[in-house]
Amino acid sequence: MSFFTPENLEKAQVLVGLYPDKRSALIPLCHLAQGQHGHLSKEAMEEIGDLLGIQPAEVMGTASFYDMLHTEEVGKYVVGVCTNVACLLGGGLELLDHASDTLGVPPGGTTEDGMFTLEEVECVAHCDKAPCAQVNYRYFGPLSNGDFDKLVDDLANDRLSDSVPPHGVLSRVFRDAPPMVPLEIIHQERREMDEAKKARLAAQNPDAGGKQ
Amino acid sequence: MSTDVSQNLITISIDGRQIQAKSGELLIEAAEKAGVFIPRFCFHNRLPQVGMCRMCLVEVKGPRGFSLQPSCYLPVNEGMEVVTESEKVKKAQDGVLEFLLINHPLDCPTCDKGGECPLQDQTLAYGPGESRFIEEKRHWEKPIAISELVYLDRERCIQCDRCTRFADVVAGDALIEFFGRGDHTEVNVFPERPFSSYFSGNTVQICPVGALTATPYRFKARPWDLSQVESSCTTCSMGCRMMVQSSQNEVMRYLGLDSDAVNHGWLCDKGRFGFEAINSPERLTAPLIRKGGEFVETTWASALSLIGSKVSEVRGAGGAGRIGFILGSRLTNEDIYAWVKLAKGVIGTDSVDFQLGDGLRGEVIASLPRATLNEAVSAKAVLAFTGDIKEEIPVLFLRLRDAVRSGKTKMVTIGTRASSLDKLSEVSASVTVDQLQLLAKGLLHEGSKFAEIAAVLSKQGVGSDGEGLVVLLGRENLAWDQSVVEAFAVELSRALPKAKFLVTLRASNFSGSTDLGGSPGLLPGRTRLEDASPALRQKWVVLPSQVGRGVKEMFKGALQGELDLLFVIGSDPRQDFIDTELAGAALDRVGFVVSVDTFLSATSERADLVLPAAAFAEKSGTTTNLEGRVFTLNQKVTPPGVCRSDWTIASEIALELGEDLGFGSPAEILDEIAEVSLIHWGLSFDRLTRTATVDGMVVPISATALAIRPRALLDQVSTPGIASVWNQGLASSKTAYVEGEESEEAREVTGTPQSLSTKVLGAPIWPLASVQPTGNLALEYSRKLYSQGEHLKNSPHLSRLIVEAKCRVSPRTAKELGVETGGFVRISDKAGGGAVFEVETDDSVRNGAVEIVRGSFFISGFSPVRADETVNYVKVERA
Amino acid sequence: MSTKIVTARVGLPNSYALSSYLEHGGYQSLKKALLEMTPEEVQAEVTASGMLGRGGAGFETGRKWSMLKQDPVRYLVVNGDESEPSTFKDHLLVENDPHQLVEGTLITAYAIGATRAFIYLRGEFALGLERVQAAINEAYAYGAIGRNILGSGFSVDLVLQPGAGAYICGEETALIESLEGKRGYPRIKPPYFPAVIGLYGAPTIVNNVETMSNVPWIVANGGNAFAALGKGRSTGTRLFALSGDVLRPGNYELEMTSKTFRDLIYDPEFGGGLREGRSVKAFIPGGVSAPWFGPENLDLPLGQDEVAQAGSMLGSGSIIVLDDHSCAVRAAWRITKFFNRESCGQCTPCREGSGWIEKIMHRLELGSGTETDLDLVLDACDNIAPGLTWPPQQTTICVLGPSIPSSVVSAIKMFRDEFMIHIKEEGCPFVH
Ligand SMILES: Cc1cc2nc3c(=O)[nH]c(=O)nc-3n(C[C@H](O)[C@H](O)[C@H](O)COP(=O)(O)O)c2cc1C
Ligand code: SF4
Ligand code: FES
Repeated sequence: MSFFTPENLEKAQVLVGLYPDKRSALIPLCHLAQGQHGHLSKEAMEEIGDLLGIQPAEVMGTASFYDMLHTEEVGKYVVGVCTNVACLLGGGLELLDHASDTLGVPPGGTTEDGMFTLEEVECVAHCDKAPCAQVNYRYFGPLSNGDFDKLVDDLANDRLSDSVPPHGVLSRVFRDAPPMVPLEIIHQERREMDEAKKARLAAQNPDAGGKQ
Repeated sequence: MSTDVSQNLITISIDGRQIQAKSGELLIEAAEKAGVFIPRFCFHNRLPQVGMCRMCLVEVKGPRGFSLQPSCYLPVNEGMEVVTESEKVKKAQDGVLEFLLINHPLDCPTCDKGGECPLQDQTLAYGPGESRFIEEKRHWEKPIAISELVYLDRERCIQCDRCTRFADVVAGDALIEFFGRGDHTEVNVFPERPFSSYFSGNTVQICPVGALTATPYRFKARPWDLSQVESSCTTCSMGCRMMVQSSQNEVMRYLGLDSDAVNHGWLCDKGRFGFEAINSPERLTAPLIRKGGEFVETTWASALSLIGSKVSEVRGAGGAGRIGFILGSRLTNEDIYAWVKLAKGVIGTDSVDFQLGDGLRGEVIASLPRATLNEAVSAKAVLAFTGDIKEEIPVLFLRLRDAVRSGKTKMVTIGTRASSLDKLSEVSASVTVDQLQLLAKGLLHEGSKFAEIAAVLSKQGVGSDGEGLVVLLGRENLAWDQSVVEAFAVELSRALPKAKFLVTLRASNFSGSTDLGGSPGLLPGRTRLEDASPALRQKWVVLPSQVGRGVKEMFKGALQGELDLLFVIGSDPRQDFIDTELAGAALDRVGFVVSVDTFLSATSERADLVLPAAAFAEKSGTTTNLEGRVFTLNQKVTPPGVCRSDWTIASEIALELGEDLGFGSPAEILDEIAEVSLIHWGLSFDRLTRTATVDGMVVPISATALAIRPRALLDQVSTPGIASVWNQGLASSKTAYVEGEESEEAREVTGTPQSLSTKVLGAPIWPLASVQPTGNLALEYSRKLYSQGEHLKNSPHLSRLIVEAKCRVSPRTAKELGVETGGFVRISDKAGGGAVFEVETDDSVRNGAVEIVRGSFFISGFSPVRADETVNYVKVERA
Repeated sequence: MSTKIVTARVGLPNSYALSSYLEHGGYQSLKKALLEMTPEEVQAEVTASGMLGRGGAGFETGRKWSMLKQDPVRYLVVNGDESEPSTFKDHLLVENDPHQLVEGTLITAYAIGATRAFIYLRGEFALGLERVQAAINEAYAYGAIGRNILGSGFSVDLVLQPGAGAYICGEETALIESLEGKRGYPRIKPPYFPAVIGLYGAPTIVNNVETMSNVPWIVANGGNAFAALGKGRSTGTRLFALSGDVLRPGNYELEMTSKTFRDLIYDPEFGGGLREGRSVKAFIPGGVSAPWFGPENLDLPLGQDEVAQAGSMLGSGSIIVLDDHSCAVRAAWRITKFFNRESCGQCTPCREGSGWIEKIMHRLELGSGTETDLDLVLDACDNIAPGLTWPPQQTTICVLGPSIPSSVVSAIKMFRDEFMIHIKEEGCPFVH
């Protein structure tokens, strides 16, 4: 039995085919699995290992290096409050405290209803909107305490479901391109390119080549 | 894994001293050779370097003056200027150690590694006096079991990446990994996937702290209470070099020794943790004699005199030919020689054998040109037709894996089953008996897969005479009779006279047995009965008048009432002979069976007299590994009860017969061996123990094998457990013989003629005609590392790993049988015996075949392999 | 009106769509390069432009390309991992002008003969990922990527690779490891210089998103036109990301050296100054790895060498302003926390040192530190980057390690009295 849905398995196969070495598809596959399931389950990592021909421990070893890949269950909305220096100067730590009060969980915690996971995050490149927060990697800022509460309320009541998909759904645009140009053709073309270049250089500079 | 180094010497300066180094060699190694030890944690000479711990920083001069560089990552080049003792270097070392210690628990008193811990030792030598860290340390649950054999304490881990690198790069079992990032990085296993690698113990050995500990050793000893001797593992034919360590007459653990020619420091877990059997309370401790169906203890004196009279009786009545000897893999070269001399040279019977239908005839092995391990791993190409090396000779698998990965050689395999070698091979071709015959004759021109093999060989530059090819020859499928393999080998050797063979049988010291006359028709020195050397004729009382029987023939003879007395020394044919039913029936028919053993095995249960033998680590001697390399085994503990060394027992029996075998110690036996056997010329205990390197010596000894140079000190961080004890003055030798360099003594020794009698056998008889399917599925009879046997059964930790008796079939075959994974089938042998097995479907099994693992069951009345079948089929039906 | 290169189209309606891009001159440079120029000619223009890489290290782009080992297999990887705190320029570019990035990438792939090109984009840029993927899809359909691009006979594929949240993957060798599906562990240089041993062991060029985004303009207008902007080694324009205690934080594309830090911070067109009654206490000129500057350096021009000579770096072009109501100890502590969280964990000094220093800095900020803690922190910093010089001595695998001390050392050097107040008053004197 497959972890991936038939549709996602097809996507997974496309992803695996994009690289000269299939292990490169590991992170994209993890995102795909999270998109389907919200987090990376044991079964997901096992299946990714199978698709890539590596041990599940290797999948987990890589996945656990990255903050966005969750090997444990998280809420439908993962709320990340930035407290890095620009946001700090704009009140990020205070916003985090407030968020913690509002959601009733400490950073790292998930609300009992499974709706929200709160995280303290590093700079998310939204510094001109300090203090800012991300919800499933969609950005909001600058946020006053009141703004934050409204944001939580909107999320909880599905008013933002268009712009903020459930956790794990990262990009809603999938690759839509013809099959990859076979590497043999590319290699052949590059060889020709390199030879043409050599010939041009020799023509420009007749002394340099030839003799010696 | 140090980078390949061209041999040209360059000069570099270390702390103002000019030293010679090999161009491209790593600075940390070049310095060490020059006597400058640079501290390190992550660096290990057998692993690719990662430069992570930053302990090995030294100042190196560059275009912009001196700067701190990791010496483990820097190849030396001409004129390099290095400073290892400046204030700057000291501060860097001090800093790294302080950083490592801030989160390291201070539980040294209860840590297994305490006393032999590189972190402890290097802190003492290079570290800060006291800690300035007052914060809370990092915490993890401790310790956690990551397998049956290994515990992990993540708090102690210093993230050196040694265990994870070993598992991934060396063993190919990426089952332990780094999880997390930064200072939350932990080593761990995937949920519910334990670290079930055959090589897990090596990670414990190379862990530079006490993060990984071995279950069988945990909390059993303190390193400073251990004493040790150098020895060689006898679990399989690889002969991995190791240290045997004991405390208060109890063997505590084994540690791998780094032999460049053999095991590179590694051991497999079966070898490493098998020591538990030595300490087992189930050991035999006194001679036992059968009285009215029961065993009762007896004395050596009465046991020996009983044997003496039995031998005389049989010899007097029907002749020496009615006496047989089966030798087992526990035996040292000296044991073998003593028993062979007793059998052939005193009693006069040639019925001596060491194979249980699961090997190859000694005569065949002796006639094939032998390749060394180093020749195999650097051959232009390797052709494997052998059992699954990872299951049978695990550390050889590591050597092959390393060779293939580093591009030193390319491999092709043929066989009937999927094996771990497939992943290392360019081509793996499935083969039938008919194809095998064609293959051997025309080497590989039929069929597409074989054409691919031929293409690989020719691309690798293997000559049409086989030059550059090494064949790994073993028993790929035990359901094929050994004669098939023998015929193939002989035929191939004819077709490709320059090809060399590395016989990859699993049994320890099969080589020694071959070399010392432990099979019918052979005398010590791989000579035939008729070619006995003058020295041998002088030392032996008699010579057998005719070629004797092998084990199979002895058993068939027994059924005819032709075997009156059988000695079984360190072997359990009742359970281990390939046709267990033949063995059982035969043993019941032999007049008198003497079993010399360490445990009451299935065979000794049936014996009339059981003699208790000294086990590994309880006796000294030498052993020969699969490539013909001789090493010492050394006694570390005294045996329990009145156990005796096997060779002593042979000597005592000879005395009962009124003959003196003429030696009083293993050293004297080896001297006699060197005298009577041309291939052992030059070998002596003295040479092996006082001056040989850990590499031992390949026989026959050649001129290049005898050069002397100082023995390199082992890097104490690479092999932590050894150094700490080594440094207490227990090291044996200070100088060493090194292969590849000439010396005067060498020329002196090898000035002797070395003509060996290695006549190729007669034309092989292909058993094609007799291949008649006698069941519905072809049998694939394989081996796994952890199979039943007294040794494993009596090693508490390893016994938990013994494989389950299951049978495996392809999904298609399963469907045809109407079963699924988890279902049951009845497997019947040709004689109608049968047993029920659980089914597991597996893509790697051929359609129309069933695989069962030898040693995963021992069912009376059922023997899937029958000794008379060339190719065994079985009847399989849904149960 | 100053010249805009990379942000010329930012603000146009649907600036990210192919239609808008084509309307505003899009893919003309690619056409020109592929149909009218040889790869060497493209490379020559970029070399003539003198453009320094915009990723942080400031290495000349043309020179980097010329160092690419000419193996038959070679790769191009665009570094869009932008995670340096307070840097948000690439974020702007990928969301607003993804086709410009794609075009620059394709031209570069042609110039260096890349067998395949990858854009590695920071995972958290969800919108950016969607925009760039959509642009790639459109470009394939338009014939600008894939087989026989725009009829030129040149073929190359372009793959968008999402990151997954690890700052260190911005470091080019870590990025390569990550792209290989592994933990983002930086590789040791030497020997792993990407131009020699990069992706899958093949020679690889790694360039920043902004660097790539400049390439179409350079091909269209010529390298000399680019070099005519700016001064000395600082040619062309740069996107400066301004944040912290200013009224108008944001990205500003400025001709290099044409303005000073004071202009950027105070000019109403740019930073718009500080809040009423406040003054600049310190500012970080080029990302949190850079040593801090005090108000005395406000009049330095925004140029690579000018900043370097004054003892810091322009780095990723992000400028963070601290006014006199902000706590230097707190800022330095938070920056250390960042490095601690983002250290990959390979090197002992970086992995363990960052955590230890963070703990001490936190203690100091909370008021439970002592004066000897200051020496302890400095000594621990010295054990990470011996000598505490600038540029730092590197004893770790990558420069994240030696970047850790910058803020701490700057804060202690410049604001020791502030630390002392924390210690004496057993708490932070600033209101947050
Ligand atoms: C810790 C660290 C983080 C980095 N992060 C980034 C980054 O996010 N984006 C980037 O383009 N370069 C980053 N760099 C610099 C890259 O290593 C590399 O120099 C750059 O991508 C080269 O592109 P350029 O020549 O176009 O500037 C980082 C370097 C280090 C040491
Ligand atoms: S310096 Fe830090 S981030 Fe860089 S490789 Fe070392 S541990 Fe990783
Ligand atoms: S960095 Fe050289 S031994 Fe660890």
